[in-house]
Order: sequence, then structure tokens, then C-alpha cells
Amino acid sequence: MTPQLVIFFVLAALAVAGAISLIFQRHPIHSALSLIVVMVALAGLYLLMGAEFVAAVQIIVYGGAIMVLFVFVIMLLNAGAEERTSFSKLAGFAGVPLGMALTAFLAAAVARPAGAAQAPGNAAVLAPTRTISEMIFKDFVYPFELTSFLILVAIMGAIVLAARKGE
Amino acid sequence: MTFLNAHAELLITLVKIALLLFIVLTVNAYLTWFERKVVARMQSRWGPHRVGPYGLLQPAADGLKFLFKEDPTPEGVDRVVYYLAPLLALALSLTSLAVIPFGPEPLRFFGHDIYLSITPPDLNIGLLVLFAITALSVYGVALAGWSSNSKYPLLGGLRSSAQMVSYELALTLSVVGVLLMANSFNLKDIIVAQAQHPERGIFGWNIWPQIIGFLCFFTAAVAETNRVPFDLPEAESELVAGFHTEYASFKFAMFFIAEYTSMITVSCLCTILFFGGWLSPFPASWTFTHYLPSVILIPFGLWVIWSGIRYETIFGRVILPGLGTVIALLGLALAVFPGVNSFIQAPFWFLAKVFVFLFVYVWMRGTLPRFRYDQLMSFGWKLLLPVSIANVVVTSFVILLRSGWK
Amino acid sequence: MVPVNYYVVLSAVLFGLGVIAFVVKRNIISIFMSIELMLNAVNLAFVAFSQAMGKLDGQVFVLFVIVVAAAEAAVGLGIIILIARNRQSLNVERVDVLKL
Repeated sequence: MTPQLVIFFVLAALAVAGAISLIFQRHPIHSALSLIVVMVALAGLYLLMGAEFVAAVQIIVYGGAIMVLFVFVIMLLNAGAEERTSFSKLAGFAGVPLGMALTAFLAAAVARPAGAAQAPGNAAVLAPTRTISEMIFKDFVYPFELTSFLILVAIMGAIVLAARKGE
Repeated sequence: MTFLNAHAELLITLVKIALLLFIVLTVNAYLTWFERKVVARMQSRWGPHRVGPYGLLQPAADGLKFLFKEDPTPEGVDRVVYYLAPLLALALSLTSLAVIPFGPEPLRFFGHDIYLSITPPDLNIGLLVLFAITALSVYGVALAGWSSNSKYPLLGGLRSSAQMVSYELALTLSVVGVLLMANSFNLKDIIVAQAQHPERGIFGWNIWPQIIGFLCFFTAAVAETNRVPFDLPEAESELVAGFHTEYASFKFAMFFIAEYTSMITVSCLCTILFFGGWLSPFPASWTFTHYLPSVILIPFGLWVIWSGIRYETIFGRVILPGLGTVIALLGLALAVFPGVNSFIQAPFWFLAKVFVFLFVYVWMRGTLPRFRYDQLMSFGWKLLLPVSIANVVVTSFVILLRSGWK
Repeated sequence: MVPVNYYVVLSAVLFGLGVIAFVVKRNIISIFMSIELMLNAVNLAFVAFSQAMGKLDGQVFVLFVIVVAAAEAAVGLGIIILIARNRQSLNVERVDVLKL
């Protein structure tokens, strides 16, 4: 039981607990907080794997910007706790068992021990920020410029959608 | 003994954490005293000067008040989030101090190297960790405002968190110039990159090539920490008290400590990024400047003794000379032992620069009026963000030209 | 070292939990958050495989996924705000006719 395995299990348990809490919480703000816990746990897992830049970007962008957007919208719309209507029985009877079956199938499909690609040394040596940025700006420069267009379109779309009439 | 040796790293880290927490909380407390004194002097009045000699026990009195005051929970609040918000704010601002290096060389203690920072000095993303924590600290404010189940805190919380999110962009972009010059996110490497020409002293720091970056960074950081002139969402005369209206004694104290700790973190970051961190402003060949800490401390200690002997109350006449003696002996010890002298240079300059920045923060509090909210938001988006981006572009062009278009 | 299939099993579990949340929840915003959970699970799988194969392409792709998720969240939440204004309700069962 190496320390890394212990840390992995702690963070994995935290992530799964956050995801289960997302399902069972009635108020969307509690679901949002559970999702933030999941994201921070995943950032910890990225750090454990040696992907330090991705971990930092996950917290800064996902946890610090996207989830803040969710929390703002929940506060603005004054979302209340969910009500349970009769229509959700269908989801309970058919959806949840099918969802659990899908999870079990996926997990079983990938749980076979990998052949030779097990644990190739310390990946932190491979993943300094410099190498990632060189890859982005040399091999992946075309998708990078496309994402800048995507963000521009998204900003314009969000402004158009959320602006009130007559402005 | 072998148990201690086997788990030495863990124990050293735990002791460092406890020590840092103790020091930071004490510095916070006396920072409030300092702020009240300085702002009072700027307004031609005494500050706190009754509770203890020169008001030095005022923070203790405030702390006791916060502990013993009634702590009501308003009706209809969301319990979990209401209790979580100040906890989150405090935990995040205290965590951000873990990555700050206070000095380059480790202490040698019984065969173990003790570095002057909680995280090891080879943390390659030190600066990104600080930005990540800044990004998460928006939640403390937003959730506090929302969970209070009341109009004014909700408005104050939303405004304050919108302000923090807006200025976060300018904050991170204004630092990119420094990163381009230092080629690393590691805070120690950034300081080492400013020490490339030790003979230049103060002229080798990042402030000269990155003056615009520094101004953008400092402005954005003041807005991030919700201090004057950007403190409209929490000012007393505006939205009642903003997002912490419904918070009483101890939870309000947690917000308070979180704000002052983030002030300290921002000051540390300013010195590391732009003012050379622990580097001395004098050229490295002027080794006589190594006695500067003693030259400052010994006269200060003697002045404290002298003014204490003639103080009004008996308590002051006992405490102040004792304090002065301790300070003077510390200064003497720094001068006499050469090992201590060379070790203490780096932390001394670091702490002196942090102190200067804290004074600038308090100075701004005493002098500047506050922005209106729409002025604040248009300043952040329409002026600060384009200037930061322009700084990045100009810096990268200059670096490219210097390396000959390779 | 933690074997890579531990990470991938965790990713599959999180993805499945995201699917269950998508099916069970009635609030539009919660459904949207379950989509973000599924995207995060996929990111975890990407980084795990990038570590296993020793190449950095997985991590670069994760950065792109995060960017796309940000753009999608912005536009999606704008749409949700419009729906909430028009229907005065955030319950998906009330938004099931195309005509207003």
C-alpha cells in the first residue's frame, strides 16, 4: 500500500462521493458545490499523475470560472429545491438501472489489466509546461486558433441571448 | 529517535505549517493595529492608544470581543452554505501562503534541510497554484452573499464576486510579462532570474522593464482583495455591509482574517514578481550592507526602551523597555554571529519589502475615495484588460527582437 | 505507481454517475451540471492514457476539451436564462412543448 495508492483511493472516493451527492441533492446550489468537490478531487488526481499544468488549468478554468458561472446563474434565477412529480417515476424505474448497467459494463470493459503499458516512470519529467506549450503552438496550432474563434462566437452568443429586449 | 528520523519530512512540514499559521495570524492582528494607527494619523487623530502601551493590546481586545460576542444565525438561511462560506474564504487565503518562499537557502538542522517555504522549492507551478486559489476564493464571497437570505448581502455578494472575476483576468495577464522574462512558473526561479546581474542591485529587478505590468497587477490585486478604492461591495456606508452583513462575531472575524491574509499574500507576490523577492537593493559587492538589519534594529530597540521609560502607565513602563531590550539584543545577535548574519539577509529584505507594500495598502485606504460600481467594472474591462494584453504583446516583441528573431 | 486501469475504471464510474444524474434530475441546471461531470470523467481518461503512453497529446487535448466546455457552458447558461424568463420555471417537464 504505497502512499500514492492511498492518496489515489482517498481522492477517488472523494470524487465518487461528490458525484453521488450531485445526484441526491435537491437544491441545485448543493449540486453545484458537489460538482466543485469532484473537480478539485480530479485536479488532485491529475497532480498525482504528474500532469501539473492540466491540474492548475482545471482548477482555474473549470473550478474558478465555469462553476462560478453556474453558481451565478443559480443565484440570479433564484432556483429553488426540486419538486418530485409523477413523471419522474419512469426515470427511476428504467433510467437508473440502465444507467448503472452502463456504468458496470464500461467499468468491466476497461478493468482488464493493461498488457505492457503499465507504469512508465515518473510522468512529471515528461510533462513540464514548456513541452505542453510547444506542442500547442507547433503541432496543435490550428485547433488552438479555432478555439479562439469558438470562444469569440460563444461570447457573442451569450451576450445576444442574455440581453434584454430593446437594448 | 528513529521514528523521528524516519518521518522527518512530515514532522518538519507540520512544524512549519503550525509556525506559519501562528506567525500569519499574529501579523494579521497587528496589521489591523497598524492600519488603524496609520489611517488615524493621516486623519490627524490618535489611533488606538488606550488598550496597552501605544494601543498594542488592541488586537487582543478585538479578538476577545469576537470570541465572546453573540453569534446569531438568521432565519431561513441555508445552513450548510452559511457555515461553509467563511470557512472556505479563510482556508483558501491561508493555503495560498504555503507556496511563498521566504528565502533561498535552507536551514541545516540536525542533518535535515529545512527550506523556508512549506512546499518544496521545486514546485514547478507555484504561481499557477496562487492563481488557482485566487480563482476559488470567489466562492467564499458569492456563497456568503447568497446564503444570507437577505437582499443587501445577495446584491453585495453578487457585485463583489462579479468584480473579483473581472479583475482576475487582468491579474493573470499582467504577470505574463514577468513569466516571459523568467521562463518558469516557479517563484524561486523568478527571483533567481532577477539576480542574473548581482552588480546591478536594484536596477536588475523586474520593476524597470515591467512597470506597466506592475501597475496593472497591483491595481487588479487591490480589486481582487476587495480593498479601497475597490471596496464598494463591502463598504460600511454603502450596501449596509455587503456580503458579510448577516455574519456576526466569529464568522465575521473569519472574513476579516481572510481579507488581511490575502493582502499579505498579494504583497508577497508583488515583491517576488516585480521587486526581486529576497534580493538586496544594493550591489552584491557592498558587503557592508549586510549589517543593515542590525543598524535598523538596534536604534529602534533603544528608542522603544527610551520612550517606554517615560510612558504614562506603569504597564507601559514595564512592557516597553522589555520589548525594546529584546529588539536591541536581536539586532546585536544579527551583527555578531556571521552565520546568522548571512542567513538573515534574504528573509530580512523580503519582509521589509512586504512591509512596504502593506504600508502602501494602508496608505491607499486612508487617502483614496472609492469607485462607483459601474466605474469599477468599466475600469476593469475597458482599461486594465487591454493594457495588460498590450503589455504582453510589447514584452514578447521586445524579447523576440533581443534574441534576434530566432 | 497507480496502474492506469484504476484511473480508467474511476473515469467510467464517474461517467456512469453523470448519465444517471442526467436521467434522474428535473432541474435544467442540474442536468447541465451532469454534462460537465461526464466531460470531466472523459478528461480523466485522457490524462490517464497520456501518462500510460508517455506522450503529451492527451493533456493537450484535455486543455481543448476544457475550453470547449467553457464555451458550451456560457452559451448553454444563456439559453437556460432565456427559458427561465419565458416559462418562469426551471423544471424540464414544463419545457416539453415546442410552442410557448
